[in-house]
Amino acid sequence: MQEYLIIVVSAVLVSNIVLSQFLGICPFLGVSKKLSASLGMSGAVSFVLVLAGTITWTVQTYLLAPLGLGYLQTIAFILIIASLVQFVEMVLKKFSPPLYKALGIFLPLITTNCAVLGVAIINIQQEYTLGKVLVHSMSHAAGFTLALVLMSGIRERLEDADVPESMKGTPIALVTAALMSMAFLGFSGLI
Amino acid sequence: MSLATEFNKGVIRDNPLFRLGLGFCPALAITTSIENGLGMGAAVTGVLVASNVAISAMRNIIPDNVRIPTYIVIIATFVTMVDQLMHAFTPALYASLGIFIPLIVVNCIILGRAEAFANKNTIVPSIFDGLGMGAGFTLALVLVCTFREVLGAGTFLGMPVIPGDTPVLLMILPPGAFITLGCLLGALNKFQKKTA
Repeated sequence: MQEYLIIVVSAVLVSNIVLSQFLGICPFLGVSKKLSASLGMSGAVSFVLVLAGTITWTVQTYLLAPLGLGYLQTIAFILIIASLVQFVEMVLKKFSPPLYKALGIFLPLITTNCAVLGVAIINIQQEYTLGKVLVHSMSHAAGFTLALVLMSGIRERLEDADVPESMKGTPIALVTAALMSMAFLGFSGLI
Repeated sequence: MSLATEFNKGVIRDNPLFRLGLGFCPALAITTSIENGLGMGAAVTGVLVASNVAISAMRNIIPDNVRIPTYIVIIATFVTMVDQLMHAFTPALYASLGIFIPLIVVNCIILGRAEAFANKNTIVPSIFDGLGMGAGFTLALVLVCTFREVLGAGTFLGMPVIPGDTPVLLMILPPGAFITLGCLLGALNKFQKKTA
């Protein structure tokens, strides 16, 4: 139990996937201008992240590792993620059109989101069991959501702020992220 | 367009990191030392040139509606090769770049050049496009690394340059990455406005 709690706290707060591991920076900077868009993006990423984490782990443990095909890991994982994204897109389109409409534009972008592939690889590197893989993936999804939602809240306010001309857009977003990341450093004493 | 122009555009005018805004993840994560920056830049350049050549050579065979999955598989193949080579020949660098070597697969610069350049051009211009973009990315990485290593560790390529023993540790930690890149982008915007 304690082991699982440590995984959760460390993934969500201490080594937050965006603010301290720098995975998923593209959506973090790209779709954090509006709160609604960032919620949609985090929803889609969380969904694919947990599914992909579990499936890649299963493939690695029961297929690649026993056959000694470890070197195919990168290719296999990216193929799994790409087809999973495609599959999720088709299922949503058929069974839940409203959700598809809400997540639609974000789904294709997730294939090249390094958070998904990154977490899948970390799962393998840490030699987690299936239960831990699930908890770890979900915690990282929560951490991603937390960072993205906080960021979009700040950026909605930044719209009205008097930012120097040359710092507008990405530069000020990066400096904002720096301050958030500094705040998250404060959690490092937790474990 | 001449080959020199193909090369030059990636270095300055369309610099992938500073101008096109691609490849932020590695630029923030591994830029703690200049050595890492050079290693990452070389790895990305290698994959970029190889995938540009392969995609440009096969551009008439690949069916249009499955081109993105095909590109990803081609890129993943070269990334795996680079990964194995670095594991064998530069183990220290491999350890410090860690997870970011397999993650070159999802680096938008490579897929971006495949889609924007290699699938429309012949092999030789594609090589120069890859080399130029790779050089531009490496240059940008090294610039970020220089600020972070000199300020955060007080060293330049491992040699101590700042006397005293209290460098700004924050610059090596994650917030330093965001601050350095943000301020650099802002400064470049300002500079560009002046010259324009």
